[in-house]
Amino acid sequence: MQTAELKEICKAVRRDIINMTANAGSGHPGGSLSAVELMVSIFFNHMRVDPKNPRDPDRDRFVLSKGHAAPCYYGVLAELGFIDREEFKNFRQLHSILQGHPDAKKVPGIDASTGSLGQGLSIAVGMALGAKTQGKDINVFAIVGDGECQEGQIWEASMAAAHYKLDNLTVVFDNNGLQIDGSNNEVMSLGDFAGKLRAFGYEVIELPDGHDLDAIEAALSRKVEGKPKAILAHTVKGKGVSFMENQVGWHGKAPNEEQRAQALKELEG
Amino acid sequence: MSEKATRAAYGDALVELGGINDKVVVLDADLSHATMTCGFAKAYPSRFFNAGIAEANMVNMAAGMSTMGLIPFCSTFAIFGAGRAYEQVRNSVAYPKFNVKLCVTHAGVSVGEDGGSHQAIEDLALMRAIPGMTVVVPADANEARKAVLAAADFEGPMYLRFARLASPVFEEDYPFTIGKANVMREGTDAVVFACGMMVSAAMDAAAELAAEGKSVAVVNVHTIKPIDAPCVLEWAEKCGNVITAEEHSVIGGLGDAVADVLMGRVCCKFKKVGVQDRFGQSGKAKEVLKEYGLTAPQLAQAIRETF
Repeated sequence: MQTAELKEICKAVRRDIINMTANAGSGHPGGSLSAVELMVSIFFNHMRVDPKNPRDPDRDRFVLSKGHAAPCYYGVLAELGFIDREEFKNFRQLHSILQGHPDAKKVPGIDASTGSLGQGLSIAVGMALGAKTQGKDINVFAIVGDGECQEGQIWEASMAAAHYKLDNLTVVFDNNGLQIDGSNNEVMSLGDFAGKLRAFGYEVIELPDGHDLDAIEAALSRKVEGKPKAILAHTVKGKGVSFMENQVGWHGKAPNEEQRAQALKELEG
Repeated sequence: MSEKATRAAYGDALVELGGINDKVVVLDADLSHATMTCGFAKAYPSRFFNAGIAEANMVNMAAGMSTMGLIPFCSTFAIFGAGRAYEQVRNSVAYPKFNVKLCVTHAGVSVGEDGGSHQAIEDLALMRAIPGMTVVVPADANEARKAVLAAADFEGPMYLRFARLASPVFEEDYPFTIGKANVMREGTDAVVFACGMMVSAAMDAAAELAAEGKSVAVVNVHTIKPIDAPCVLEWAEKCGNVITAEEHSVIGGLGDAVADVLMGRVCCKFKKVGVQDRFGQSGKAKEVLKEYGLTAPQLAQAIRETF
């Protein structure tokens, strides 16, 4: 899909994020908005999935390890036709398939239940290993948060990905630099993030602008053999909504009606 | 009566299973010579995965593999599988109902010399509290084999608990069905609901009491969850005196599972034999079992006290 079309999809997904969180009165707009271009690019240009056959055993797999970005995920799945936008009004409500964090039991198109940080990447590693073990040509994608990399399990999983030479695995690190209590550097510095990824055995591609669709496309398209691929994407938390950009406070807070209106207006512009 | 550890039977059953079902894969966390998954690793190297000393990652890799149509048997010691990786089991295996078999060894105080840090006495409580988790504790090597084969045919998350110590193998063959307790010995004066190697201790205790003219029933409750409630009710009503026996804390394990069934429904004397809310310790396995009141004569005494 061309960049211009992807841009329109990103816009629609951003609107979904604002509306979903505003309707629910809770949720995580900041980290959802930072992941939009990354997730849209993965799903529209690289994932082999079919909304008419969401459980096809030979489909590609996706794991949103930073599960709190569920509104972004739901927006993308609706845009693809896995779920109906009608369901958005039930996000975070009793009996809804759209739980606060992704639930693989309930939502077609979701391959793993995530939200407990640090766990999703290991699941993706298991999927990639499971595909290779069975000689299946299946690619696995994961989006991991930067704050999430303070969990030791991310590094256990990374070690395993390199050990098992999982070149069918692409791990995108959404490095928006912020987490609930402050910046990564204030809370628990990640140090030389790219250097750590390299040391753990990834082929690392660093994206200075994690919202540049052409750059994301180039990174996702690059062939890597014999090792897993890491895309370290520097992003902006709250991207696209001026008053949310780079603001820690918008990690897990929903916009009120006035803020919703302003955000939607900005997203139209 | 011959003796064999349930972990050894687990290892043998995996090799057998590997030849029957090519979807079966085995993961271990650098303990394959203790959990006995090493036999499978040798027989089917392309289906064996060492996660290294990283249990959390191992459990989630198994979760991911299960979504690819494989049947992962995931092994480590009980303390690490149920303890260290608890939240991984809870959120990434049980919550999405993934088809992972968490097979742990070295459960209970019969671990012996390694001491309290390595003796899981609360794993059943942890696993039993997770919605939808099936929890199985085989009584002997034969039952361990049957449980492993049954687990492969069972769709959904399952916890299987094996022991390090060699324990008696029952000569009589009996069927194994997940969720269906086995009545090992009928009786009228008291009933012991037991699991794991405590079933054999209960049989010995019942024999000892028979010599004193008391008729004690022994029910092998190999499936702690879902528990065979009709069987528990029937034998509690029939015998009046109820004793539970497990190599686990008296908090949250078989004893509580049986109590949950009986409470408010059957009027009976009730006694839980198990580890009395304390940590384990080093020692020869049989000495440690005695220290914690888990030998046949001690169990016989506990039963006697209900008469």
